Amino acid sequence: MGRGEGALAARKQLVDMPAGGRSEAVRPELLGIAEQLVAASPSEEEVEVFISRSRGTSIRAYRGEVESLESSEISGAGVRVVIDGRQGFSYAASLDEALLLAALEDARDNARFATPDEHAGLPAPDGASVAPVDGWSNELATFSIEDKVAMALQVESRVRGGDPRITEVPFADYEDAMIEEAVVSTLGICASARRNWCSVSVQAIASGMDSSATSTGFSVSRDPALLNIDRAVRDALERSVRLLGARPVRSGQFSIVMDARVTAALLAVIAGALSGERAHRGQSFLEGRSGERIAGDLVSIVEDPTNPAALGASSYDAEGLACRRHVLVADGVLEGFVYDTYASRLARGQAAGNDSQAAGSDRLVAGSDRFAAGSAVRSGFSTAPVAGCRAISFQPGDMTFDQVLERVHTGLFVQSVTGIHSGVNPVSGDFSVGAEGLMIRGGSLAEPVRKVTIASTLQRMLQSVLVVGGELEWLPGPAAGQPLAIADLSVSGS
Amino acid sequence: MSALENAEEPAPGEPLLDGRLIGEVLSEALRRGGDFAEVYAEDRRGSSAVFEDGKVSELSSGTDRGAGIRVVSGGTTGFAHVPDLTEAGLMEAARVASAVARSGSGEPERLVAVGEAPSGVRKAKWLPGEVPKQTQVELLRRADAEARGAGGSIRQVVVSYAGSRRRFVVASSDGVLAADDQVRTRLGVSCVALGDGGFQTAYETVAQTAGFEIFDEVTPEEIARVAADRALVKLAARPAPRGATVVVLAPGSGGVLFHEACGHGLEADHIAKGSSVFAGRIGEAVASPLVTLVDDGAFDRGWGSCDFDDEGQPASRSVLVQDGVLTDYMWDRLRARTEHRSSSGNGRRQSYRHLPMVRMTNTYVLPGAEDPEEVIAQTPKGVYVRKLGGGQVNTVTGDFVFGMTEAYLIENGAVGEPLRDANLIGNGPEVLRNVDVVASDFGIEPGTCGKDGQLAPVGCGQPTLRVTEVTIGGTSSG
Repeated sequence: MGRGEGALAARKQLVDMPAGGRSEAVRPELLGIAEQLVAASPSEEEVEVFISRSRGTSIRAYRGEVESLESSEISGAGVRVVIDGRQGFSYAASLDEALLLAALEDARDNARFATPDEHAGLPAPDGASVAPVDGWSNELATFSIEDKVAMALQVESRVRGGDPRITEVPFADYEDAMIEEAVVSTLGICASARRNWCSVSVQAIASGMDSSATSTGFSVSRDPALLNIDRAVRDALERSVRLLGARPVRSGQFSIVMDARVTAALLAVIAGALSGERAHRGQSFLEGRSGERIAGDLVSIVEDPTNPAALGASSYDAEGLACRRHVLVADGVLEGFVYDTYASRLARGQAAGNDSQAAGSDRLVAGSDRFAAGSAVRSGFSTAPVAGCRAISFQPGDMTFDQVLERVHTGLFVQSVTGIHSGVNPVSGDFSVGAEGLMIRGGSLAEPVRKVTIASTLQRMLQSVLVVGGELEWLPGPAAGQPLAIADLSVSGS
Repeated sequence: MSALENAEEPAPGEPLLDGRLIGEVLSEALRRGGDFAEVYAEDRRGSSAVFEDGKVSELSSGTDRGAGIRVVSGGTTGFAHVPDLTEAGLMEAARVASAVARSGSGEPERLVAVGEAPSGVRKAKWLPGEVPKQTQVELLRRADAEARGAGGSIRQVVVSYAGSRRRFVVASSDGVLAADDQVRTRLGVSCVALGDGGFQTAYETVAQTAGFEIFDEVTPEEIARVAADRALVKLAARPAPRGATVVVLAPGSGGVLFHEACGHGLEADHIAKGSSVFAGRIGEAVASPLVTLVDDGAFDRGWGSCDFDDEGQPASRSVLVQDGVLTDYMWDRLRARTEHRSSSGNGRRQSYRHLPMVRMTNTYVLPGAEDPEEVIAQTPKGVYVRKLGGGQVNTVTGDFVFGMTEAYLIENGAVGEPLRDANLIGNGPEVLRNVDVVASDFGIEPGTCGKDGQLAPVGCGQPTLRVTEVTIGGTSSG
């Protein structure tokens, strides 16, 4: 039960690069540093420099006092070098010129030991249109430390005093980060951006009925005035208090309704299986299933980082190409995967090979847009980019949460899950997680349930979707969530 | 094995910060008041290599150096960090961290004894920075060849190596001054096999607080063979059952059960904030009398081992549960201070960018008396878990899950059919009471523990043991 499914996941979110056209009065400093480093390279090598700098504040309130106040600054650069199809990588957690030059030299040396790979190489600008996503809030940039402290204290006191059954509030946090990023390469890539975000997150412990229960509430926004503190407080209170007295339910087959947070966690796993790199290397249960019906008719999945409502929205990907919208599953049919430059070349190569074997095929695959790069993500300057999603969602239906409960009538509402990392396998598709929630009886929420597992396979779950709810929420992390009903999961309890 | 010199490695014994600067930074940190100030300076270098899809796909390396400064004033901690070790950067961080000070004397209790830093004795013989890249690549190639040679059903192999060296010095206004030099080495092999029932995966790793010399004892072929054989065995796996079951855990693999079932709940920060089912229970029987649980930061070459923790406390072995009775919690300096006792050496942090908090090091159950083979032979029906993945706990309710990645049915006292992956779910206090046999063998495995957004290397261990009732999260009702 870590804090901040919220803020922590958001911190891991990737590069957000507002529209290149929206020039700032001053040329970004990071772009200059990156260009200088790239300019020092000989012509036979491809060099990419990614630089980021992040400044942030983190405040924790406890029992009416500030328990901790952290002020952080993190900066550094990751350097990729490709020479004759061999890639090397190095990073330095510093913007010191000597250390950056040493990193470039080390990346170059690392490249010498890689196996030549015909698909390795950096992207050149591909002319795709760039969506204007502005991830910067001036309101946040000028938000005072006193106001941040007051916000954390307010959240703590409202949750602690919000219900007589609340016995402890282990944390109530305000956090923010201001992030600047730039990526420049010898092939003409040149992109920079800045973004910021802030969050409140709070954990409540409720006691009563010979039991204890806990949950969290949070809100994330670019603008502190738009943080939904009421919602964070209400979630922490309601979601903990309603689990008091929870017990395991009798084992059986159940329809379940997932909370938006659980749906987003499930979708994040599916997003991993939709990585073109994994899918073309035998590391996804969806390998080789393009064009097939992999889900029920109600299921469409879209990756759209150009949607400004998504917390992961971005103009550019981690390789400096334009981010673009991809329909990955349309009415249950798998349309494709997401690609970075390497995975895109790998996929085109495999498709061309298949086509030459299947003479007479009229599919023009090699030039097809369905393998387009532009979906590179990276978890900071210390790792090289990989293919991944940053704003994936189930296309919402129109039912409200209450209507979804009515439609399911009898089943289990899953409020939270544990053990996704230990019980969900995106290669075999096996799915087994711990769950807490409430029974659904007569179309309404009924008695609370804990210490059960829900199990199936990802393949079967996608085929058994009963309702994709409306009320889509963009949550921290790569995925959005909404109420999602799935039939016929195995619940293991008493 | 020979070691090459590498000019970029700092000479052993070269201090990260000199004594004069430490004194000035601590004085600056307490200028506005405050009860306690600490400076933690760190230099970390790492290199890694990945062999995937039959190719050396990437070599990577990097450096990270900086300092974190904290000031404690009453119940409030101020913290700031800088990505360099310059005097200007450290003094600015000290000023920022001191902004929280509203009370306290503002004077160091004891001046730091400059130049007397007790330093951890680095036991690593072959530093990561001294391992030629060609040697790293060769290690990966050997593992890949072994895994691919295990059978035609092996469809994909990913081998990764990582070596890191982390040096730090920590000094505080109450006179603590210590330095450590930690070297860690890891090799992981992950295999995908394809059969009639679809894909199966398996992972095996060796990871120690030691240098590249660990591969004198454990060959990459051994690790690769275990991973490949596991993936192949699982091709015949049937869906796991659901409902309550008897579980026998193979040595080492089940350590994560104790890490989740009670380890986190015994961390003093969870105790102080009432978010643990074990709060207020010292001296009570919380487990079967067969269970003695320790946390041991000094365990030889353990993945969670060190000589000094990240607050400068010597690593030690603490008995948490003795013959089923709860004897102590785990402590960092901040929590120990408020209880007027000493830290147990469990103050850890991911890096200089993070505040220290109470963390486990190597947590394990001591061996008992039974013959391990007899444990299975005396189990008519149940599940034998040979390898566990990760786990997760809700410390408030004590409910925890842990994933099994190699498991078999036990039928009539013998190990039978393999099972597909699933999580098991239990409640910490209940499961601890339900341990009914503890064998005389022992194993310990490496893991990465996440808490409050910080990652830490840990070890988890136990002998073969049996739990009479855990809920298994499979799909088969038969």
